[in-house]
Amino acid sequence: MPLAGANTYGEVHMKFTKLMTGAALALGLATAAVAEDKTKVGFVFVGPVGDGGWTYEHNKGRLAVEEAFGDKVETVFVESVAEGPDSERVMTEMALNGADLIFTTSFGYMDPTINVAAKFPNVKFEHATGYKQADNVSVYSARFYEGRAIQGHIAGKMTKSNIVGYIASFPIPEVIRGINSAYIHAKKVNPDVEFKIIWAYTWFDPAKEADAAKVLIEQGADVVLQHTDSTAPQAAAQDAGNVITFGQASDMGQYGPLPRVSSIIDDWAPYYIARTQAVMDGTWTSTSTWDGIGAGMVGIGEISDAVPADVKAEALALKASLADGSYHAFTGPLNKADGSAWLAAGETANDGDLAGMGFYVEGITAEIPK
Amino acid sequence: MDLSAINPVILIAALISAATPILLAATGELVVERAGVLNLGVEGMMITGAVCGFIISVNTGSPAIGFVMAAVGGATLSLLFAFLTQVALANQVASGLALTLFGLGISSLMGQNYVGIKPPRMPDVNFGPLSDIPVLGAILFSHDPIVYVGLLIVAGVWTTLKFTRAGLILRAVGENHDAAHALGYKVKRIRTLAIMFGGACAGMGGAYISLIRVPQWTEGMTAGVGWIALALVVFASWKPWRVLLGAYLFGGITQLQLNLQGAGVAIPVEYLAMSPYIVTIVVLVILSADKSRAPGSLGRIFHASQ
Repeated sequence: MPLAGANTYGEVHMKFTKLMTGAALALGLATAAVAEDKTKVGFVFVGPVGDGGWTYEHNKGRLAVEEAFGDKVETVFVESVAEGPDSERVMTEMALNGADLIFTTSFGYMDPTINVAAKFPNVKFEHATGYKQADNVSVYSARFYEGRAIQGHIAGKMTKSNIVGYIASFPIPEVIRGINSAYIHAKKVNPDVEFKIIWAYTWFDPAKEADAAKVLIEQGADVVLQHTDSTAPQAAAQDAGNVITFGQASDMGQYGPLPRVSSIIDDWAPYYIARTQAVMDGTWTSTSTWDGIGAGMVGIGEISDAVPADVKAEALALKASLADGSYHAFTGPLNKADGSAWLAAGETANDGDLAGMGFYVEGITAEIPK
Repeated sequence: MDLSAINPVILIAALISAATPILLAATGELVVERAGVLNLGVEGMMITGAVCGFIISVNTGSPAIGFVMAAVGGATLSLLFAFLTQVALANQVASGLALTLFGLGISSLMGQNYVGIKPPRMPDVNFGPLSDIPVLGAILFSHDPIVYVGLLIVAGVWTTLKFTRAGLILRAVGENHDAAHALGYKVKRIRTLAIMFGGACAGMGGAYISLIRVPQWTEGMTAGVGWIALALVVFASWKPWRVLLGAYLFGGITQLQLNLQGAGVAIPVEYLAMSPYIVTIVVLVILSADKSRAPGSLGRIFHASQ
């Protein structure tokens, strides 16, 4: 049970009760008087730890830190923290209460993290999926787009209606990269493929995610990709039948072998352990980490038997080539959606372009919300 | 853009289903507020109902029993609120917020072993030949029983409040609890019953999300629906049919905007995403131009000595 232990304020929930969060934080920490020599690591989560996806995996990383260091470390977390100003208060509370290292695990915490870090120069911060660094703020992310390439390949091969549905969350570079990568690789194996994209404007809202999946299926999609955190689209696809899905951020294996045929699994544990160790050793410096399949930060969940053997073999070959670096998911020739040239034949995208990606590749007809 | 991909019949059928959780929760809260009590714990009661209904359905194999127990669960949780506000005379706003926090916490505790399980499915009501009528059959006669239960509850609440003595007493308690007390009505008892009714409705609304709409258990899965229901009661000027209209508008435009996005309509997505909130508020505010006002004793603490 993740809520156990000294971190009594882990039980604080819910966006609308932020009023209470501060008070509860103070209470929780007042009771959790601990020895000074422990390294205190804080985690700010965007969803509940039981979401079965994104936050669930970050929390697994937190538990791995506890496991690895035992008594030498104390972890605290607050879940379901709304992106924006409220997260700034949660981080400030953590820093005031003696956290040495704070992981902020959603894109929307980027500016709040920078703001709070400026006020606490001795506290180390780690922001996931963003791009703003400071002396005491590192950034880290995983190259999820490598996993999306494999999903796109399987989707392109397996769709019969040639319509692939995509439940997107917010129009940020990470999500746009995923859409582009999936599209490029679906198109490569199936020139007739078309992407229908729905922006849910939420990371976690099972009912809305289920509705979006149902709408996509109703409009002809027989593959549904999701960049939201709950397993609700999987349940909707299972209900509809004859639709395939992919686990997002976590394996979501309970929905295999159909509809879930594979998944992208985020593995944060090694990184969290290494960074905690660095704080303990006093060797922590501000870094920018962006690892993919090769380094193990992005895992590909088992490809189920619902995928034809030859497609599975191709997907695994693609995975191997992404892992050893012999193939880059964004390899030219590629044009942008407005028709302008982006990458020449054989050229690969540089990390700067990828980090700030704000355009669709040629072939996707939709507009990106501004 | 390909509007032909949108099937209006399925869209309307989907909106009726999508609106049901809000409709149930808002109707329950309407009764509570008409009795003069402001219970901000709707979200907490919904999620508790969602997990109770889910657990019972999975264990008994019967979604119907699940819904009954979801109502019982929501009502039981609301008793805590009734105790705090009617017996201990605590502040209603603070108690309601506490109820939401408590409901979210206890539901995630109860639901721990139920993540990733598929609940038994509730079959649609069999209307025989009625469901074969073109268009109307798919819109009106192809739903699960809870959709109709929700509509019956709205009709029942409206009838009771408007035409019966019990409704008159409830409204009297909500408008002026001192006067009602002077007339010999048991203010606290009536309010406690209203709070329990609100809890039962919210619980069923929550179970509708976990058993029919999604269907699965994920902690925090109501994701703010309870707060929308609360707002809807105010914008609907405490009138049952306006709650129905508001819920259907909100559910309908949410469905429509998802459909329009899927069809690639050239309206910027941000406008589509905000449209359900704006349209619902605008329509209900225009309707409430008839100077409807809140129940006179809403949110005030009653004690017989005053």
